[in-house]
Amino acid sequence: MTEADSSALMARHPAVFNRPLMERLRGFLVAAGIGLYLVFAWWLFAIGQVVSGGNWDIAGTYLADWVSYEVRPNIDFEDNALAISFPRFSPLGDDPRPEWLVTETALVESRSSAAGEAAGQGGGATSGEGFLGALGGKPADSSPAERPQESFLGPVGGQAPASESAPGQPAIQPAAATREVVVRADVSLGGENRILIEPGRVAVTRGDETLVLDVERNVSVTPQGDLPEWASQRAPGAKVIVRFGFAGRAEIEDDEVKVRRRFLGWENFVFDTRSSYWGKPASEVLGLVAFGERIEPARSNLALAWDNIVNNADWQHGDVWLKLLQTIVMAFAGTVLASLLAFPLAFAAARNITPNRFANQALKRFFDFLRSVDMLIWALFFTRAFGPGPLAGISAIFFTDTGTFGKLYSEALENIDDKQREGVRSVGASPASVQRFGVVPQVLPVFLSQSLYFWESNTRSATIIGAVGAGGIGLKLWEAMRTNQDWENVAYMVILILIVVFVFDNISTMLRQRLIGRQAG
Amino acid sequence: MTTIPHPRPLSEAGLAVERHWRELAGRRRLYTVGGILFLVLAMSGSLWFANDSNAGKFFDRLPYLFDFAGQMVPRDGWEIWRALFDLSSPYDDGSLKYNYPDGRVYFTETLYLPEYFYKMLETINIALASTLVGFGLGFLLCFLAASNLTTRRWLRFFVRRFMEVLRAFPEIVIAGFFLAVLSIGAVPAIIAVSIHTVGALGKMFFEVVENADMKAEEGLRAAGANWVERVWFSIVPQVMPNFLSYGLLRLEINVRASTIIGAVGGGGIGEALRLSISRNHEAKTLAIILLLFCTIVAVDQLSAWLRSRIVGRQAFEFGRGA
Repeated sequence: MTEADSSALMARHPAVFNRPLMERLRGFLVAAGIGLYLVFAWWLFAIGQVVSGGNWDIAGTYLADWVSYEVRPNIDFEDNALAISFPRFSPLGDDPRPEWLVTETALVESRSSAAGEAAGQGGGATSGEGFLGALGGKPADSSPAERPQESFLGPVGGQAPASESAPGQPAIQPAAATREVVVRADVSLGGENRILIEPGRVAVTRGDETLVLDVERNVSVTPQGDLPEWASQRAPGAKVIVRFGFAGRAEIEDDEVKVRRRFLGWENFVFDTRSSYWGKPASEVLGLVAFGERIEPARSNLALAWDNIVNNADWQHGDVWLKLLQTIVMAFAGTVLASLLAFPLAFAAARNITPNRFANQALKRFFDFLRSVDMLIWALFFTRAFGPGPLAGISAIFFTDTGTFGKLYSEALENIDDKQREGVRSVGASPASVQRFGVVPQVLPVFLSQSLYFWESNTRSATIIGAVGAGGIGLKLWEAMRTNQDWENVAYMVILILIVVFVFDNISTMLRQRLIGRQAG
Repeated sequence: MTTIPHPRPLSEAGLAVERHWRELAGRRRLYTVGGILFLVLAMSGSLWFANDSNAGKFFDRLPYLFDFAGQMVPRDGWEIWRALFDLSSPYDDGSLKYNYPDGRVYFTETLYLPEYFYKMLETINIALASTLVGFGLGFLLCFLAASNLTTRRWLRFFVRRFMEVLRAFPEIVIAGFFLAVLSIGAVPAIIAVSIHTVGALGKMFFEVVENADMKAEEGLRAAGANWVERVWFSIVPQVMPNFLSYGLLRLEINVRASTIIGAVGGGGIGEALRLSISRNHEAKTLAIILLLFCTIVAVDQLSAWLRSRIVGRQAFEFGRGA
């Protein structure tokens, strides 16, 4: 294009090439305005401060909780021994012997267990000789091959410097009782990561780094050398926290080691630890249900299995399903009732059907009122009146949607084609027949389509208003979140909600397409 | 309807047509009756179930509904105004119930905003900020989901599913999660509402983009423009009015949504409302309801006016994308 061409072009379209200043600046000004507003919002809500003050460590744990669970053994330091305990309701059942926690036991001789305790307080009278040899460590599982037998004596010998050896002490009477105690615990956290716990000494290995900590019981925890970056200690002598990423973490305190070992998956999803089917592989459970002897004589194995699933203490399947059904019912009943009430009212509110301006306006303002008093207000109001439960939710959806449907329906009625009505009227039909045959066939598909659309979106709203007490899964979800411990249950409920919403979305879209053709999409 | 006797008998073909018509009409009636029956059964089942699993039964609680409504009547009409504007009340007995000036938000020594106006502004700002954020992100995503602009099927599929999940994911869970991390306040509400808005607006937006006229895009393609230039100069000017209209519609929905999220810990007026209802502060409750009602009506009207200016009558598709 030559210069002459382009100048000719510019001369021909001055509006394009010489736009007024304001028009050229408009986009920039709008962008600047939005930017300024966002800065203002940042300042108003102190977003930077809130976000940096957030507990992001916990956020990671919570997110991990969605798809995994923790097993939390506590290893207490006792005199020259360890006591391993699991919290109640551990996901591993009452007597867990996980294979990633290998213990070694030794026989310890003491006059009596009470006396042994007392002696322990007195400065460690039980010396290395007190051990009748570390006989046949009792590994709880199948992995002793990892450790050569010689190492058994190692920790026992290493024990000696920690407790003052007392050669002058009288030899312990052979008549004294012996008992078997745990003297070493080896917690594997996947790969090379492990925590080796002995009385007075903890060795933590992550990858190729090893951190050794000296523990003086009830006094202090002292790391040997510098702490690697995956370990932290608030103050000298205080507890040390070591992290292994997703695999877990451990807190080494002066009297115990708290291990948090994380596993992928939802623990005990089908049967909880109280169930007789717990811990059995699926094939065995199926076999039992189909052919097995009755576990409880009173009822069949199938009934027992179903009962155990529904009353699973961790997952509360029965309750979750009931609450989900409540939410679905809330959306369904609320939408249907609202449609039924709005249908006659819309006829009275439509200008062209009811030629009474006062009735039209009064009803339309009434619809606006119902719609504008938020669903939240109705939900709170009816929760107070009916008590928490789906009745409050139904009423809230009913009130809000009567307003919405009234408005939508009356607008649809005002836009109908008048010819059909005239035709029906011209053959002398009664006013009711005019509406029935001249109006309803035109608007019914639109009405139904609107109702179906709101049915689907109300399923979502019902979840939210449930959280303020209007019943259904929202309340359960909210309770599970408030404790901050049941995030896996939250994930489970969210998945159920997503499934329900997708299913209803598809049903509603399909029905609407059948009713009013493709454009409903 | 009674059948009108025919003046002369129908021909063979006519009889066949009539038989067929009767058949169709019969089937139709059967479907209608069946549908209504199903609806009636489903409704009575639902209502029975709802009543059965509710904490209080419907007919037992009905008298209390009116009691409760009666309790919500304030001692005198002026109490509502006093609560709304934080004026001191003659009934002030030191309790929170009648102590209105307590919640004033002072900007300087003398300049203050009544508590509920401040909270209402907070809620509106939550809605506005999250609508803007959602608008921006939805704008960026929608072109990737439109079949006329993105030829890679897997990318389109991925973006669409992503937006669907954002839309269907319960807001309350996002809010609850961030409330646990960031502690109680408005930021979790902004995050929750924004995430939902991205999904909802993204879906509306890509449907608009798919209906855009592609001639301008073709012209730019012929001139050798790259993808970003084609989108920016040919599609965006066409779809912007509709985008803005949907954005405004979303703003109306978000004002309501942020009120609800507020009631479960997200700050703003929702929290104040929940507290005052549960504490039986009738004047405060009515003041908040009045304020909320007026605000929602005002926002709806403003948005409707702006939308009619932007796109004319055609965008009054009320109820889309809730």
